[in-house]
Amino acid sequence: MSGFLQWLSTLPSLLQIPIIIGVFLAVIALLLFFIELAPRQGKKYTIIRLLACIIFPLGMMLALDSYTWAIIGAGLLGIVLFWLDYRSRDGAGYVFQLIGFLSPAIVLLIAGLIVPTIQTTIQSFMNSRGTEFVGLENFIWIFTQPQGVRTVLNTVVWVLVAPAISTIAGLAYAVFIDKSRGEKVFKILVFMPMAISFVGASIIWRFIYTARPIDQAQIGLLNQIIVWLGGEPVQFLQAEPFNTLALIAVLIWVQTGFAMVILSAAIKAVPTEQLEAAELDGTNAWQRFSNVTLPSIRSSLVVVLTTISIASLKVFDIVRTMTAGANGTSVIANEMYTQFRNFEQGRSAAFAVVLFLMVMPIVIYNARQIKKQRELR
Amino acid sequence: MPTATDTSPIKKSSVLKKQAPPLASLAKRRLTSRWATLAALIIATLWTIPTFGLLVSSVRPAQEVRTTGWWTIFQNWGITTDNYSAVLQAGNSQLNLAGSFINSIAITLPATIIPLVLATLAAYAFAWMRFPGKNLMFVLVFALQIVPIQMALVPLLRLFARGEIFGYPVIGAFGSAGYAQVWIAHTIFALPLAIFLLHNFIAEIPTEIIEAARVDGASHGQIFFRIALPLTAPAIAAFSIFQFLWVWNDLLVALIFADGPVAPITKLLAELTGTHGQDWHLLTAGAFVALIVPLLVFFALQRYFVRGLMAGSAKG
Repeated sequence: MSGFLQWLSTLPSLLQIPIIIGVFLAVIALLLFFIELAPRQGKKYTIIRLLACIIFPLGMMLALDSYTWAIIGAGLLGIVLFWLDYRSRDGAGYVFQLIGFLSPAIVLLIAGLIVPTIQTTIQSFMNSRGTEFVGLENFIWIFTQPQGVRTVLNTVVWVLVAPAISTIAGLAYAVFIDKSRGEKVFKILVFMPMAISFVGASIIWRFIYTARPIDQAQIGLLNQIIVWLGGEPVQFLQAEPFNTLALIAVLIWVQTGFAMVILSAAIKAVPTEQLEAAELDGTNAWQRFSNVTLPSIRSSLVVVLTTISIASLKVFDIVRTMTAGANGTSVIANEMYTQFRNFEQGRSAAFAVVLFLMVMPIVIYNARQIKKQRELR
Repeated sequence: MPTATDTSPIKKSSVLKKQAPPLASLAKRRLTSRWATLAALIIATLWTIPTFGLLVSSVRPAQEVRTTGWWTIFQNWGITTDNYSAVLQAGNSQLNLAGSFINSIAITLPATIIPLVLATLAAYAFAWMRFPGKNLMFVLVFALQIVPIQMALVPLLRLFARGEIFGYPVIGAFGSAGYAQVWIAHTIFALPLAIFLLHNFIAEIPTEIIEAARVDGASHGQIFFRIALPLTAPAIAAFSIFQFLWVWNDLLVALIFADGPVAPITKLLAELTGTHGQDWHLLTAGAFVALIVPLLVFFALQRYFVRGLMAGSAKG
């Protein structure tokens, strides 16, 4: 396979697309062909199954240029699978189909996510070259030197500020445009930043933050406004500690559209009778909003808040593109990459583990809320 | 809840709307809605101006961009496409922006199709095949979403570059072979969410349909092709748009797995911000080149887009 990929990489870029997709689909078609044959009974089909059971894993390992013992091992595993399949409770061929459907994804997940996660966890207790066990030293390093503490604190600031403001802005906007004329256009305008990459958004905002000396015309919109109001240009991306807020503004700009779309859908699902009953009772618009609308969109609010929290914890592209972590703006994901670049594998892994531990509770809570919301519907 | 009561609120509210509301309340509602519309207009303007300024600046002559704000375009008139031709040639010694745009296409299309096919297969098995430990395994796949991709990046890189797992070589290395490692990395990172979401859709197919097909003697292969795939096509489309945008807009995976001549446009743009940080005529044009594809997708496939993004916004 490495030979094939090597050959593929010598072709023109655009030609590679149909070839790789074609080869991939051909392999999948072959797999589905055998899955189709699998449940048929009879000696002929049993032999075909046996051959397929051996050839698929063996061929896979062979294609990966693995070692002879691993190739032979894969072939033996295939025989075991055939035997399991032959004795299957649901009839011969059932396990064959099952493995055909499941194994490509499961093998990739094990090799590409589960094993690497374990490796990174182990790495975080090792020295920079991964040769020696150093205990908690990497974690102690993060939480004792000022730069590391700053990084963790910045991440906490991101999680506290970005979700709150984008949710409030999104909610307010969703309420304002609800049932107004041109609601769709209004939605598109605010939702559009969601389509833009963080790198693109970062360039857009860096341009807005640009500062030039006071005696020259400003080209950054924000500093121009400050000058118009009689102030002096500010280097937004260098002025600590507010430069972190300048970066957070970019994420808010992107995520407000997401909050707005979800909350707008939730607001439309609030029963009209309740709102009308409240109106008949003589409540004003604000009371109706806080006493009827808010409680009924509570679960959507939680989903939006947690989803944006996860995005802010993992934020990387914005910080990387705008400041690369300079002037005390670094966050955990950025520092993880920086340490990796500096060949400090242990510290890099330790940052990854810290990020993992911070994200985990929110993701679990978020998943629970989404599940609950689904059940309510 | 029975469906009869579900439809009644709509009827009732339309009946209520037909009756003329008292004048005072009507005036009040108009007034509040006028303020609300004003506020909405302000927010919409605030949210649109940044992108608009970028677009305007990208077509102004370099000298004008450097010395005057884009909002003065009418006083300092001038429109040019020079910035675009200049930025497409800009880059590093191995690659220019035009090449990286092609790279982005070459990375994104396979990295969208491959994980979707694999995830659909697995999702079908989780939804409609019986096997011991199924629920536990599905929960495990779902739980993988809590692993930030940062946890997997470096060991995966070592697997591709040296064929090593836990320091022991197991497979032949293919790290230097073009786009291969970035395709595989994106495929792996897409799988947990894709399997979970597609499973939800495939599992929603009514049991009677699947059972009827089975009674007619259809095998799992046939049920997958003839029933599961067509019925979940809209969901697959929605998710594929999300995956397309995720890969196109990604920077982190590209930084680690797509180096040198195969780097996508996001990586080159991030690099340009470092090396040409004050050449705004180049940066604005470059950013717009990168934005144009997702924006086209956004405007063309809006309905699917919203659905896909809502489903996948927690990925990463």
